[in-house]
Amino acid sequence: MSIPFYDGGVAAGLLSGVLFGYALEAAGFGSPRKLTAQFSLRDFSVFKVMFTAVLVSAIGLYILRSMGMMAGNAVFIPTLFFWAILAGGLLIGAGFALGGYCPGTSVVGVASGRIDAVVFGVGMVLGTSAFAWVYEPLMGFYMAGQGPAAQTLPQLFGLPEWVVLLVLVILAAVGFRLGTMMERARGGPLTAEEVCAPDDEADDLTMTAATRQA
Amino acid sequence: MREAPKPFWSPLSAGIVLGLALLLTFVITGHGLGASGFVTRFAAQANEWVAPTATAENAYFGPFMKAGNPLMSWITWEVVGVLIGAFLGAKGAGRISVKVERGPSTSSGNRLVYALIGGALVGFGARLARGCTSGVGLSGGATLAVAGFVFLIGFFAAGFAVSFLMRRVWQ
Repeated sequence: MSIPFYDGGVAAGLLSGVLFGYALEAAGFGSPRKLTAQFSLRDFSVFKVMFTAVLVSAIGLYILRSMGMMAGNAVFIPTLFFWAILAGGLLIGAGFALGGYCPGTSVVGVASGRIDAVVFGVGMVLGTSAFAWVYEPLMGFYMAGQGPAAQTLPQLFGLPEWVVLLVLVILAAVGFRLGTMMERARGGPLTAEEVCAPDDEADDLTMTAATRQA
Repeated sequence: MREAPKPFWSPLSAGIVLGLALLLTFVITGHGLGASGFVTRFAAQANEWVAPTATAENAYFGPFMKAGNPLMSWITWEVVGVLIGAFLGAKGAGRISVKVERGPSTSSGNRLVYALIGGALVGFGARLARGCTSGVGLSGGATLAVAGFVFLIGFFAAGFAVSFLMRRVWQ
């Protein structure tokens, strides 16, 4: 058997998307308060979910390759362009902390009713357009610090893949424990009851006051 | 009063399911999951509606337009799937919540301004990084790409810094 199937059709897209969206929503990632509570150390869900997903998938790919079912270069591996990717990561982290979402989670926000996620989407289209219009003068920066094509951590450190995976599993386990301790110290993590309430109490109070005045 | 929403999954369960979905995507398509690729294609199309000639000549959007309808792509169907999957999950668990979600000391108006600015930073950043948290961070990280980990370091560093400077927004 030869995998991957390189099927880029409609059904393949819908299937991947439905699973992706369902898992993100179940994690609570339609809520910008839950997402951004990562950065006040009250809720480590972003770190925990991402790190777990990366490792499950990385170990799965490793097993498929070890069993000879998949070639080493069979899946797409992004190439490093150090400065642009670092700057892009910084901008996305900053925009996430301010705006409450990243691109994928904003789609989940829209699907679960968040009006702010729709506005965030409009902002993304504006930011993307701004990039396109300054792309030519930015080209030098965009291409700067290019690494070897499709370089991976095992190649960078000259270590066997299983050693890198083992180190990452240990780092994840330590991160989970520290994260849980910090969550408890700050009254987290945020629950569905807290972030999916029909409306905020503050709004109810404002509404009551407005009704009384009228 | 409606019934209380069902609790979220534990991060470990959600992470395992997300990881398996990502692995399945690699097996089926040869690449991982994404999101900002759709925003790029939608932005190219939106610019074409407003300024067709300039968009066709634009160095970044031009190639998308030349290849035909920019929205006819795997990533469009994937994002439609995300909308469906997230809606079904939220609906089934009573977690649909139509509102402007914000911190207790932020007004709805300010929240929407921050959402717009944050979205613009993310849109610009995703083009610089050649992908977003899903495409470069999650999917790149799963292939153990150096690019994925450089992205994640930048993402978390700026997230903590901006969150510290702007802690009034959410707390």
